[in-house]
Amino acid sequence: MHDGPYRAPPEGGLLIAPLDEFTAVYHRASGITHLLTEPAPQILAILGEGALSLGALLDRLARDYELTDGDLTDGDLPDGDLTDGTREALAARLAELVESGLVERA
Amino acid sequence: MRHAFAVRIGPVGFRIGSDWRAPIAHLETLYRDYPKPLDGVPDFTVRLFARRPWRRFLRPSVEIGGDYMLPDAAPLPLRQGLLAAEMAMNLQMALGARRYLLLHASAVERDGRALLMTGISGAGKSTLATLLAAKGWRFMGDEFALLDPATGLIHAFPRLISLKNEAIAAAEAACPDARMGPLMPATPKGDIRHMVPDARAIAAMDVPARPALLVFPRHGFAPEIRSVQPGEAFVRMTQASTNYVALGEAGFRALTGLIGDVSSVAVDYPDGASAIEQVEALWAKL
Repeated sequence: MHDGPYRAPPEGGLLIAPLDEFTAVYHRASGITHLLTEPAPQILAILGEGALSLGALLDRLARDYELTDGDLTDGDLPDGDLTDGTREALAARLAELVESGLVERA
Repeated sequence: MRHAFAVRIGPVGFRIGSDWRAPIAHLETLYRDYPKPLDGVPDFTVRLFARRPWRRFLRPSVEIGGDYMLPDAAPLPLRQGLLAAEMAMNLQMALGARRYLLLHASAVERDGRALLMTGISGAGKSTLATLLAAKGWRFMGDEFALLDPATGLIHAFPRLISLKNEAIAAAEAACPDARMGPLMPATPKGDIRHMVPDARAIAAMDVPARPALLVFPRHGFAPEIRSVQPGEAFVRMTQASTNYVALGEAGFRALTGLIGDVSSVAVDYPDGASAIEQVEALWAKL
């Protein structure tokens, strides 16, 4: 599993407008508007402060937002070690954000 | 071109050239109380032309052209020349406008605040704006509401009101003194008749308004009102804007600002009278 570090686009690269459970994000580099739900806006907010590894990001999410396994996995948690499941789920969310260009691998 | 006419509608100046006199004559009559483009320079040019010279006379059919064109737009018969002109003017706006975020919505104003109504064709945008204007609201437009990214204000675009099918009789009953264009039966959009907005709408067309309420009307259902969450309203308005993508960051800021400023409400209504009641009740609670 890739452990980063991950980082947000350079400062000012994203415009973020919380709407309700959705957050609208404008990606300046591509001109594309994204509509994100938890935990993606929280991930962007944390990575906006600086690049983090997967493990460090997981700690920050748990500490700052009290995000739990269910928030990251939509409740579809595999059996076995909870922490591994959470890591996998966060890695999957990050992979989606990298794919969309909103997060970069440093 | 052989015949030409210039007009300003809200902040947008048009010049319409035509191979035929008839569409220009209709425009001159219906837009007679409108101003000319600022400094005489139009923002957009529209051309109504015959593809072949003999097509001016023989089964005359009107091709639409201008600064912005759709390559596969079908020509219209000359008796629908006014519709061709209006469609071509809308096309220039939809494809070319950059100063404003274009919202495919009708708009009316009261006390300096604007009510926007958006929805698919047949939802009642034009009809409701016309009926509300007959009840004392200021008509701002039935096709495009122009959102200024710099100020967040809505600018009016009170072009001729395009009435379709049963909306024609409803508008004629509500506004018996209104000036009407020719009835054009069986166009690609159904029966069409254009109505001139009232004198107040034309006189005040340079006065913008602060958006206050965004309504998504649906005609033909039992009366029901449902709050629309900001996320849903945002998505629906990106789809209802013809130039959201083209405006980039300015469009994003303008639209998220609008959604943050207004209440968004879905209104199902069985008929015009009911819709007016529902909208007035919503407005009174703002």
